[in-house]
This record gives sequence, C-alpha cells and structure tokens, in this order.
Amino acid sequence: MQDGHSNEEHSHVTSYGTLVIIWLALLGLTSITVTVAGISLGMYTLFVAMFIAAVKSALVINIFMHIKFEDPIFKVFLLVSALTLLVIFVLTFVDFSFR
Amino acid sequence: MANGTIAEHAKSFYEEGTSKKTGLLGWFFSTDHKRIGIMYLAALSTFFIIGVILALFMRLELIAPGETLMDAQTYNTIFTLHGVIMIFLFIVPGIPAIFGNFFLPLMLGAKDVSFPRLNLLSFWIYIVGAILVVISLFVPGGPIDTGWTFYIPYSVRTGTNVSLAIFAAFVLGFSSILTGLNFITTVHRLKAPGMGFFKMPLFVWSTYATAWIQVLATPVIGITILLVIMERAFGIGIFDPSLGGDPILYQHLFWIYSHPAVYIMILPAMGIVSEIIPTFARRTIFGYNAIALSSLAIAFVGYLVWAHHMFTSGMSDTARIVFSFLTFIVALPSGVKVFNWVATMYKGSIDPQPPFLWVMAFIVLFSIGGLTGLVLGSLATDIHLHDTYFVVAHFHYVMFGGTGTIFFAGLYYWFPKMFGKLYHTKLANIGVALFFVAFNLLYFPKFIMGYQGMPRRYYDYLPEFADLQLVSTIGSWLMAIALIIVFGNLIRSLRTGRKATSNPWGGVTLEWHTTSPPPLENFETDIVVTHDPYDFSQLEDMKNE
Repeated sequence: MQDGHSNEEHSHVTSYGTLVIIWLALLGLTSITVTVAGISLGMYTLFVAMFIAAVKSALVINIFMHIKFEDPIFKVFLLVSALTLLVIFVLTFVDFSFR
Repeated sequence: MANGTIAEHAKSFYEEGTSKKTGLLGWFFSTDHKRIGIMYLAALSTFFIIGVILALFMRLELIAPGETLMDAQTYNTIFTLHGVIMIFLFIVPGIPAIFGNFFLPLMLGAKDVSFPRLNLLSFWIYIVGAILVVISLFVPGGPIDTGWTFYIPYSVRTGTNVSLAIFAAFVLGFSSILTGLNFITTVHRLKAPGMGFFKMPLFVWSTYATAWIQVLATPVIGITILLVIMERAFGIGIFDPSLGGDPILYQHLFWIYSHPAVYIMILPAMGIVSEIIPTFARRTIFGYNAIALSSLAIAFVGYLVWAHHMFTSGMSDTARIVFSFLTFIVALPSGVKVFNWVATMYKGSIDPQPPFLWVMAFIVLFSIGGLTGLVLGSLATDIHLHDTYFVVAHFHYVMFGGTGTIFFAGLYYWFPKMFGKLYHTKLANIGVALFFVAFNLLYFPKFIMGYQGMPRRYYDYLPEFADLQLVSTIGSWLMAIALIIVFGNLIRSLRTGRKATSNPWGGVTLEWHTTSPPPLENFETDIVVTHDPYDFSQLEDMKNE
C-alpha cells in the first residue's frame, strides 16, 4: 500500500470497434498459421509459428486482458515472465539446433 | 526499527482464532498465517520423519553386499518414495510454507498475507497432494519405482503407479504457485509504513525471490507431468522417438523446473542465515544490498543452468559447453552471500547460541556441497562422476546440509517466538554437534565411493565398497539419534519449557517487536518503521517497549 498503489477500479472501457478489430486480427493470424503450416519452410517453420503466436498473445494480453491499461508494475511482472520464457526457449534450442 | 508497544497480556494467536470454531476445527479452517505455518510445520515434520525412516531402511539394506533386508524391487520403491517425499512433500514447500507463512507478514509489519483464504487453500491443496501420494502406494500396480526424477522412457514403460504419483506432484505444484503468488503480493502491498524494499529483512528478500521462482517455474513441471500421463495413457509420442518424439525433451522440461526448484529449496534457507548471523554477532549485516540482490541474481541465474543435469544424456556438445559455463556463474552470487556472512561475524560480539551453531554447521556443509557442485558442473569431471554416489553426496550436502540444517536453525531461532517457550540449550548444543558428526559420517564416504565408481540407486555393490558403506550406515544410526535429540528437545519444551520473553536473542527485526507468541493480528499497535532492519542501536529502546 505504501508503494502508492491503490485498489480502485480501472474503469477503462475498450470500444466494441477495437474489440472486433482485434478479434478479426486474431482470426487472420490463425489462418496465416494454418497456411504457413502447409508450406515447407524447413527449420524456419517453428520460428514463424512462434512469432505469429507471440503477436496473438500480445494482442490478447494487452487488449482483452487489459494489461495495456494497467499500472507499470504489472507490465514489469509480465515482462519478467516473458523474458524467462524466452531464455528457456533459447537455451533449449542451444541443444536442439546443434545436435 | 519500529514504533510500537508490546501489550504483554494480550491474547496470543493460540487463544484467539480467525473463526468461531474451536479445537482442531479452529485450526483446520483458520486463515491466520501463523496457524497455517504451524499446520505446515506439523505436516512437513511428519513427512520428514517418514522420509528419514525410509532412508534408514535403505542404509540398513546397504550395510553389507547382497540381499540383507529387502528385495531389489522393494529397494527401488523405497528410494523413490524417499526422494518423492523429501523433495515434493518436505524440502520444496519447506521453509517458505512454514517460516515464510509465519514470519513474512510479521517481518513486514503486516497483519496477515495478502490473500489469507488463498493461503489456507494452498495448505489444503498440499494435503490433498500428500494424500494422493499415499493412495498411489496402495492401489493395484504398486508404488512408483522410477526415482524422484520420473525419467522417460522407464516412467512410461513401468507398470507401477506412476500416473497417480506424478499427478500428486502436479497437485502439490498448485500449492506452491499459490503460496508464491500470495507472498509476492504481500511483499509489494503490505509493507508497514516506512519500510521500502531496501529496509526489508533479508529473509523477506529471499522469500520474495523464491516466490518468483515458484510462480514462474512450477507450471513447467505441471505441463511436463501432464505430458507423461498422456504418454502413458494414450501413447501420444511426445517423448517417444519411434513416434517422432524426443526423450531428451523430457529431461529438458523436467530440469527447467527442477533446477530452479533447487533454488526454491535453498534461497529461503540463505535468508534465515542472513537473519541469524547479525542477531548473534550483534552487528549489522555486512553488504545488505549485495545479499538482497544476490537472492534475485541466484533466482535468475537458476534458470540458465538446468541442462548441467544432462551432460551424459546425448544432448549437443554446444549445449554441454554453454551450460557448463553458465553453471559456474551461480557460484558468484552464492559466494557473495557466504563472504558477506563471514564478514558480518568479523569483529562482531558473537554469542554462540544453538541457532548460531546450526548456521556454522550450515556454512561448512553447504560450502562442501557447493564446491563439489562445481566438480559436477565441470563437463569433463561430470562424465566420470555422473550418476555415482558423488552426486548423491553432493545433493545431500547441499539439500540436507544446506536447507535441512537451516530448517533446524530456523526452528531453534524462532521456536520461542512461535510457541512462547524456551528449549534446553545444552541439549540443543549436543544435538547440533552430534548432527554434524553423523552427517559427515553418513555422507562423506559417498564422495569417495562415487569417485571410485559406485553408481547411485544400486541395490547391491562390489565387496570393495563394503567398508565405506558400513561407515555410512553407522552414520545413519547416529543421525537418527541426533534427530531424536533435536526434535525431542523441542517437543519436550512445548510442555515443560520456560516461558520465552518477547525477544530472547536480542534480535531487532519486526517479529521481535511483538509478544511471544504474537497476538492474532501480530501487533497491538500500528507499526511504523524508523530503523534499518539490522540497526542494533534500537535494542536499548526495545527493552523499554
């Protein structure tokens, strides 16, 4: 409490227009994922799929889950989690890519 | 450190609960963090003793070559159960569940954790997980025999109750995550006025760093466990190469959790060391910032080193070199802590009470454990020592000599605060001394045997190992006696111990500013923090409180 945070409601309301646009974007990205899965990109297949998934997650987390409108501390928490995940992925591929 | 007064005649949390229920129900449904901490203490100590008894049987089997007490399958089951119980039911929840619950809010000057009901839920989820482990022993198929690491492919092929036992670990993971979430929120939201991050006691710092690992790493083991269950039930092929899977992926996933979990086990212990040394050296901690930040550094670096458990698994050479290099980095923040602890004692006015002696035992045992860890983290030597007794010895020196020893240190340090009673000091000193001798007798021969090639988990061994195995088994008996003294002293004191004052050791962190045991909401008045956490100049003022 002494951090200056308060528990008052964040009353930000996202317009229906924005929500629909995000929804359409997610559908579009899903169809790209499906399409790309049918094209042989070799070792890049996974990276492309991961990139699209990351963009989709970012949209959901920011807009639908309201992180974009939250206090910075929550963004820091999320960033720490995302970076940890990234580190785990990179280090796993240090094995997988060089076998 | 704080402004506040102690009302000696206030009701303690034993006399006043959070619910109207009385007796055991008043405990089972209590959302008071202190009662929950003590319930964890009772549950974890029970499982610890069961784990010890299983270990005694293992050591007895190994007293001489060949079959002495049990058959090979029983032995496999017993070492697996020993591992599962000690890891998942004792040492992972361990210090955060017991002392974190009891002391985190007290040290922050808070009335409770942020989510008291979630805290109670965590406890009951833990109990459900523990019950599932017990059930898995008795349903058809028989107790799990894979070792506590549940390695693929054996864990998919064996007919024993792997699915139920690992599902128990899955459930226990939720308890861990919720506790971590609760502690992170509590540290951010409920610090007393005047307490910034760099005025927090170091146990709070280490519990905070641990909580982050609990939240971020535990889901990985959850997913991994579900994948193994699906692999067993449906043969989906995630880990089966004949179906396009990768068996080494299991080891990656397992250790992505389980290596950070090692730091879940040891970081809170390091926090307790940082509390005990200043109190008994009557001197502010040396390098507060460095110790605080090294906890975060260990938590972070802990994520970078998991594959050093897998040097002989067949992963790429590049990965082996990278992970071996990264492993050495862990020694830096760990070294920062050890050197700062030693520097704190320098020119201090040392009062060697039992908690301090436990810490001294810890520093020796943990240093041996830590340094032999570097032998294993070094790629070339690990190839020779992998899966030998050397690993078993290293692991027990770090986990039992490290976290286990500090579990007792914490218990002996905070016992007067938790129960309002003093224990027998001389008996406590004998307990520490015997523990230290027994520990080295029990585990040091394993370093030698491992170096000579004795594989871990083997039921039988060559006659040349017989002498050292015998020494180790005798060590286990001494250890049993030491533990009886250590626990017996405390249990006896619960009934017959002298009444403890609010500050028997002359500590200055906030928990010593309230009665022993504390009242329901911890402090009679609102706390305002005015001193640094280890500022001993306030001791005189505290005597007048």
